[in-house]
Amino acid sequence: MTAVLELDAVTKVYGEQPPVAALRGVSFSVQRGELVAVVGPSGSGKSTLLHVMGTLERPSSGVVRIDGVDAAQLDDRALSQVRARQIGFVFQQFFLAEHATVRENVADGLLYAGAPAAERYERADEALERVGLSHRTTFKPTKLSGGERQRVAIARALVGRPAIVLADEPTGNLDMTTGASIMELIRELNVAGATIMMITHDGGLAGQLPRQIRIVDGQVVSDAKATA
Amino acid sequence: MSVIAGRLSPRDGLRVASVGLRVRPLRAALSALGIAIGTAAIVAILGLSASSQAGLLAEIDRLGTNMLTVEAGQSLTGQETQLPLDAPGRITLLGDVQVLAHTGLMKNEKVYRNSMIPAAESGGMQVRASSLNLLAVLSTGIARGAWLNAGTVHEPVAVLGAVAAERLGIDRVYPDQRIWLGGRWFNVAGILQPSPLAADIDTSALVGYPAAQKYLGYVSIARGEQRAGPPSTIYVRVATGHEAAVQALLAPTANPEAPDQVNVSQPSDVLTARAAAAGAFDSLFLGLGIVALIVGAVGVANIMIISVLERRSENGLRRALGATKQQIRTQFLTESILLAVLGGIVGVVVGVIATAIYAGTKHWVIVIPVEAWSGGIASAIVIGAFAGLMPAIRASRLPPTVALRTV
Repeated sequence: MTAVLELDAVTKVYGEQPPVAALRGVSFSVQRGELVAVVGPSGSGKSTLLHVMGTLERPSSGVVRIDGVDAAQLDDRALSQVRARQIGFVFQQFFLAEHATVRENVADGLLYAGAPAAERYERADEALERVGLSHRTTFKPTKLSGGERQRVAIARALVGRPAIVLADEPTGNLDMTTGASIMELIRELNVAGATIMMITHDGGLAGQLPRQIRIVDGQVVSDAKATA
Repeated sequence: MSVIAGRLSPRDGLRVASVGLRVRPLRAALSALGIAIGTAAIVAILGLSASSQAGLLAEIDRLGTNMLTVEAGQSLTGQETQLPLDAPGRITLLGDVQVLAHTGLMKNEKVYRNSMIPAAESGGMQVRASSLNLLAVLSTGIARGAWLNAGTVHEPVAVLGAVAAERLGIDRVYPDQRIWLGGRWFNVAGILQPSPLAADIDTSALVGYPAAQKYLGYVSIARGEQRAGPPSTIYVRVATGHEAAVQALLAPTANPEAPDQVNVSQPSDVLTARAAAAGAFDSLFLGLGIVALIVGAVGVANIMIISVLERRSENGLRRALGATKQQIRTQFLTESILLAVLGGIVGVVVGVIATAIYAGTKHWVIVIPVEAWSGGIASAIVIGAFAGLMPAIRASRLPPTVALRTV
């Protein structure tokens, strides 16, 4: 089995005086098709970990490999292409463009991957179907509920069929019921083949997922796979 | 993994760059206003000077450049001289001379509205005797009333130049309208249109030579015979293309005994010089236009900085979606240029409209120099690039994690 994401002794230190270590030697790998929760209290280094895994930030030391490629060897352009093609992001705040329609928002997930417009819109419609929003394609995000907006954001992350989807507290801005339906969607998408890594501070949510990596003070304290 | 740089198509690039404009059109319009005003001012100044020049050149075309003027000059000792009585007749005999007219200035005669006006208030107007064909030679016409004819040249009848009529307070002609000319009443037959080729005519009251002789005592003795005259100015139309050759012959022909006492000139030269001067634009307004452009550039830079700050999360999202630093830079730079070019286009349109309206009221041809509108658009592009550069670089340098942290 190939590892889509591999971290090897990754550290991240911020600042000079005094230096603050956000990550202190994190190592794990994620295989294709896995559904992983990274769980930890706030300030544990989860967000930094997400940024480093998503190549939005370079580690201070250690190696991050996306689909077997060492991210440290890539320049800004190549790294941007990794983000455009290999990684999908889902954020707590959704980050949808309010002036554009749902379809345009999702299609923009492919904008920087170099796909022509017709293909982008076709695949956006497919992705919206997968998250159950086919009937909302021409709506503006402001007309949608929070849960629907997060589904749009998930569709945008999936539209390029990335190697891995990184979701940062995807249910953080949603109420319990809506959050549960998003969790349900995430599980369905995983069953359908997507590799998803979800970051959360909520141990209960993490417990629903097959694998949990626990982070405290920038270190992995446990990495458990549910045997069920 | 194949790394093929995901380059945006021009269409996608424009769509992405115009997000700020589409989302906040009022702000975009206001920030482009300065550039629009500056460009409009510059285009209007250049357009108006070119149009007024074209208007003057058209006027010169209409009047013809083939007229030469022969005038009595001064002697070596500085005394005023006269042209010989038979100068017009001699000039007529020259080859390439098509037609000529002449006037005789009566320096001692003045013209007044009526007999009650003090003698000193002569208003800078002159009294001239005129040959009958003067109007045809000067390419001018009658504004009101009638020109002199074979009958009225013998009578106390005057025709007023455009400026003279205005100074005398006469704006229409009716029977028995009179002016006080040379110590007696003269009837006013008509008022002339302005004659740009002979400004002296504009300030003159014109009478026939026989009337000048009969009522004003304007006579010379030639070969023992009394004749009205002498002429003081001779207007000569020559065959086009032979002006220089005829000009050289005019002085010796007019006064063979003292050719140096004759002044020969080409009045259209003055108009041509005025046209050249009109083509030189008003540097004060041009300067104001440039100031407005600079203020506009500051406005655009200001808006771009705010835009970059406000759109941090969009910026971060684009980086997460795979935009390179270069693409973020290009996006904001293009937005800034778009903003400035929109202002520039509006400015050019307004400038052209302003020129068209003004030129229309003056009956000029509308001329917008190519460099005016192309320069306007080009300077807008440069201003946009200049104003957007710093904000664009800032946006591209912002780490995506910082950009995404803002809610």
